Amino acid sequence: MKDVVQVTGEVIATRRVGAYHHLTLVAPGVAELARPGQFVALAVGGDTSSTLLRRCFSLHKVSPSGAYGGTLDIVIAAKGPGTQWLSTLRAHDEVDVVAPLGRPFPIPSEPVACVLVGGGYGSAPLFWLADVLRTKGCHVEMVLGAASEDRLFGVVEARRSADGVTVTTDDGSAGVKGWVSDVLPEIITRTHAAVVYGCGPMGMLRSITEVATAHGAVAQVAVEESMACGVGVCMTCVMPITGNDGQTRMVRSCVEGPVFRGDRVRWEAFTDGVCRVPADAVGAAKPAAQGGH
Amino acid sequence: MADLTTRLGGLTLPNPVMTASGCAANGRELQRFFDLTELGAFVTKTVMSDPRSGRPTPRMAETPSGMLNSIGLQGPGITAFLAKDLTWLHSIGARVLVSIAGNTAVEFAHVASDLAAHPAFDCVVGVEVNISCPNVANRGLVFACDPASSSKVVALVREELPRDTPIFAKLTPDVTDIVAIADASVRSGATGLTMINTLLGVVIDTDRMRPQLAGITGGLSGPAIRPVAVRAIWQCATAMSEGRVDRVPIIGVGGVRTGEDALELIAAGASAIQVGTATFNDPHAPLRVRDQLDAALDERGLSLADAVGLAHERKVQL
Repeated sequence: MKDVVQVTGEVIATRRVGAYHHLTLVAPGVAELARPGQFVALAVGGDTSSTLLRRCFSLHKVSPSGAYGGTLDIVIAAKGPGTQWLSTLRAHDEVDVVAPLGRPFPIPSEPVACVLVGGGYGSAPLFWLADVLRTKGCHVEMVLGAASEDRLFGVVEARRSADGVTVTTDDGSAGVKGWVSDVLPEIITRTHAAVVYGCGPMGMLRSITEVATAHGAVAQVAVEESMACGVGVCMTCVMPITGNDGQTRMVRSCVEGPVFRGDRVRWEAFTDGVCRVPADAVGAAKPAAQGGH
Repeated sequence: MADLTTRLGGLTLPNPVMTASGCAANGRELQRFFDLTELGAFVTKTVMSDPRSGRPTPRMAETPSGMLNSIGLQGPGITAFLAKDLTWLHSIGARVLVSIAGNTAVEFAHVASDLAAHPAFDCVVGVEVNISCPNVANRGLVFACDPASSSKVVALVREELPRDTPIFAKLTPDVTDIVAIADASVRSGATGLTMINTLLGVVIDTDRMRPQLAGITGGLSGPAIRPVAVRAIWQCATAMSEGRVDRVPIIGVGGVRTGEDALELIAAGASAIQVGTATFNDPHAPLRVRDQLDAALDERGLSLADAVGLAHERKVQL
């Protein structure tokens, strides 16, 4: 059975949400296959676009049926040529959709307490995840953090989807002044959380992994790495992940991720906007043998 | 339906459209979108002797109508490639063009030897020798930038493969005279040429004011380089028709996004074409290009064989 579809999507709704754009697309066949944590790869600029690389977004939610057929929702931040083009789309505009892609968030087999942490619009997939977890009987707390109030996404939705919500902003314009990692220890301790789910910038994912691990919880994080294709053929979105055999490999975040156990990510490799290949990684280049495309 | 059958020396393929090495992984990923056996051939990601983790990230920078990549020939090594990837391609009935490379000419030969000895080798319709990688023994100079290095690699690979296995030397356009490299490769036993590999480029991130790729340099690909591919094919095809290079089939690659793009490379002298970067934009691109090429040939009342090199006959005499 096919587990991914490529379809021409049709925009049916766009709206500004703080600093972000929220798009709803009719994309038949996606909702039936998708699970929280998976993503969509959109072509940008139309058929003759000079911007060839796909833009990948977490699925915010999906709906298998409705007046228009199956839909999917995404949240975008218009910060480059591709996302700016997407932000100008209007109702009935078309966009090529490949989805669902990647591995979803694993769902615990027991009804354990979970904390869902979203940085900025990284929170987009967490409300759907919260709904799934609560259906399984899990207690769900959410933590939404951002630089400032306009960069938070889904505070109202969080209050519907979670048993408890904590908001943090760097500048104190909403909720607690500070970072998500400042409030996370108390929440894990109070709820006896077994799993911390995270989606947002890499620095935040690293810190929630450290906090979760220190408090006896497992972190499951959806990583951000720029992708050219989203389907596993370009090898640009790799990052160092330690496997079950204890060996580190440069693995594709689009097909083996985007969700990884936080303690399997070699966070120390990420510095100053670069991810180095750890010297102990399988096949790490000897200095003399680098190069080639 | 135009007749899309193509002959590449002793090799006959039902259609001329292939994936391009490094743009289709080793097949499973695209098989989710279409049946790989529909292609003329599936071209694997370049495999070397040992596993390679590739370069640090960022590995990619988007450019106008293209991209720069610096993957660093990440791959599983020949042993795992044969056991997992080639065996799987064999099991689905794909026709496979295996792309090989080495840090030294001898490494190319070892990879070819392991390949030829494997039970799945009978799905291999040819070997593409990726000489556009650095030669450790020659100060890291790319093999394909030097006729003698190119020649040595092709000759050593030729010895390791059965006589009827086609060998395509994949050339870089980053040379003063691509015809000289083509000639050296053909004289050493290449039964065909694949052209072109990426062009070397650098992108500067103007926010950070530093190179955007962690590896600094990368290979430029995509529709932006199509005219360079057409030029390289044109020059080599001209040299063959003038008797300066022995006549061998050319596989065209570089910036093909549509059937008409493919037809450009074919009219310049390519008997087959590969779809590379366009696959990142559209995972169905290789099959779409095949169908568009079929329609484009029909519109012109041509078979594929009629179209190969046709632009040389039709050029305006001044």
